[in-house]
Amino acid sequence: MAEKKSLGKELTKGIIIENPVLRLVLGTCPTLATSTSVTGAIGMGLSASIVLICSNIVISALRKVIPAKVRIPAYIVVIASFVTIVQMLVKAFVPVLDEQLGVYLPLIVVNCIILGRAEAFAGKNGVLASAVDGLGMGIGFTAALFVMATIREILGAGTFLAGLGGLIGNDFNGFSIPFLNENPMLIFVLAPGGFFTYGLVMALANKLAESKGKPKAELKGCENCPMAKSCAIRTTDESCEKKEVEA
Amino acid sequence: MTLNNKLVVSASPHDRTHKTVRSIMLDVIIALVPTLIASVVFFGPRALLIECIAVGTCVVFEYFSRFVMKRSQTIGDLSAVITGLLLAFNLPVSIPLWMVPIGSAVAIVVAKQFFGGIGQNFVNPALAGRIVLLTSFPVAMSTWTAPLTWSQNLDGMTSASPLASIHTMVSSGAENLPSLTEMLLGWRAGCLGETCAIAIIVGGLYLIIRKVISPTIPLIYIGTVALFMLVAGKGDLCFVAYELLGGGLMLGAFFMATDYTTSPITFKGKIIFAVGCGLITSIIRIFGNLPEGVSYSIILMNILVPLIENITIPKPFGTPKKEKKEKEAKE
Repeated sequence: MAEKKSLGKELTKGIIIENPVLRLVLGTCPTLATSTSVTGAIGMGLSASIVLICSNIVISALRKVIPAKVRIPAYIVVIASFVTIVQMLVKAFVPVLDEQLGVYLPLIVVNCIILGRAEAFAGKNGVLASAVDGLGMGIGFTAALFVMATIREILGAGTFLAGLGGLIGNDFNGFSIPFLNENPMLIFVLAPGGFFTYGLVMALANKLAESKGKPKAELKGCENCPMAKSCAIRTTDESCEKKEVEA
Repeated sequence: MTLNNKLVVSASPHDRTHKTVRSIMLDVIIALVPTLIASVVFFGPRALLIECIAVGTCVVFEYFSRFVMKRSQTIGDLSAVITGLLLAFNLPVSIPLWMVPIGSAVAIVVAKQFFGGIGQNFVNPALAGRIVLLTSFPVAMSTWTAPLTWSQNLDGMTSASPLASIHTMVSSGAENLPSLTEMLLGWRAGCLGETCAIAIIVGGLYLIIRKVISPTIPLIYIGTVALFMLVAGKGDLCFVAYELLGGGLMLGAFFMATDYTTSPITFKGKIIFAVGCGLITSIIRIFGNLPEGVSYSIILMNILVPLIENITIPKPFGTPKKEKKEKEAKE
């Protein structure tokens, strides 16, 4: 396998074509919960990305040591260690972010994106490729959160980047959008607005991926799945293999 | 030749109705006219302005979303006009005018066209528009203006909606309530189209006589609320009357809950649907934080309609009962 040739692809696929939130539909819970403000979204995206890159590297390095039967508990232990480290760092250096994210910071442990990448990619590929994959997926996750949070914060609260100063350590308190500031559409910071924004951004990502000749993110079995190449279930599923042979 | 023709039997259907979507929608618009007139009488020219904006923006949004999605045009079936009218009837007169197009956009683009247009919407579009506005701008959507203040050259006198007053009256005692006759005529604060019960009932009767809607849903819906309130008010008939005439119950029961797309087809299903609407409305009114629950109850039951229809599919004539089938299958 020509690993060097595909590294660029591993990096860029996470941004739109295999965007974890918008195309693989993983990690929806933290996405809906933390995309009410752009500051929180950036914080969440970065924390999850760090955990993702680190856990991808370690799991990929240990992939030949971990027995297949207990791989999930082993992955969870690795991920949980990194989440604990990140949480302690955030608590020590950016307590504002810790308050804002609340329970969603420790919940990165069960974030589907991280476990999903460990299972689908890091468990089968080399250390370098896994690190690049983690970086790409992390950028994709952060970008999706950023886009959703921008829409939700501007329409729902009439501000942009409010409270960013607390994250980077100065007095900057974001921008206030003149008209929307006085008449915020509250529904956008509530759950229904979150689902609505998610659906719209997902449709947009589908459109973008389609224009690049990729299939829509539809649940139509293995052949349409953007993860088909790397999926663990696929290799054991006979029907999928048959289709591949036919193709 | 004529003899031969008499014997030729064409494929069914043999007898077609003259009703079209457009003619049904036209009937509904005619039925809404009394309410429209009442709203202008009680709330002044601004009510008419809001109604015109709502109808206009709904039709424009319908046209453009069909155009952008490259689908056939459906503005001719007049359904967007009704959505606009019903949306406007669900707004208070003092609402800032720029909020009206937002409601229309949610109703037409999100609730209707995203799901495939007329006949495909999973909830009543006008109610979806109202609920999004209510959740987004709670203050503007619950500032009530007393009726007829527009003719006295006042900027508008705010007043509590009678339904909110009843609830405080029940808990505290005295409160200035409009009399029951005033409630029936619509001489009270509230949304544009919900105040005049007589106008709504006249429109509803017209629809029932024209066989556009069946009386099942409105009657059972209102009946369930009446029964629940009779128990909740400990047999006080006056309280029941206020509950029935207050809020948007009449408008909801006759014009929103009977929407073809979002109500069950089967008779049994209609009963379940209407009882559910009545129960949720009453529970929200008595136990909830909101003074009014009609829009939420109808939306919630709209979502349940596919399930209700699934369990009330009539048994085809001549087929064995379900239990028998299961027994046979076991054997």
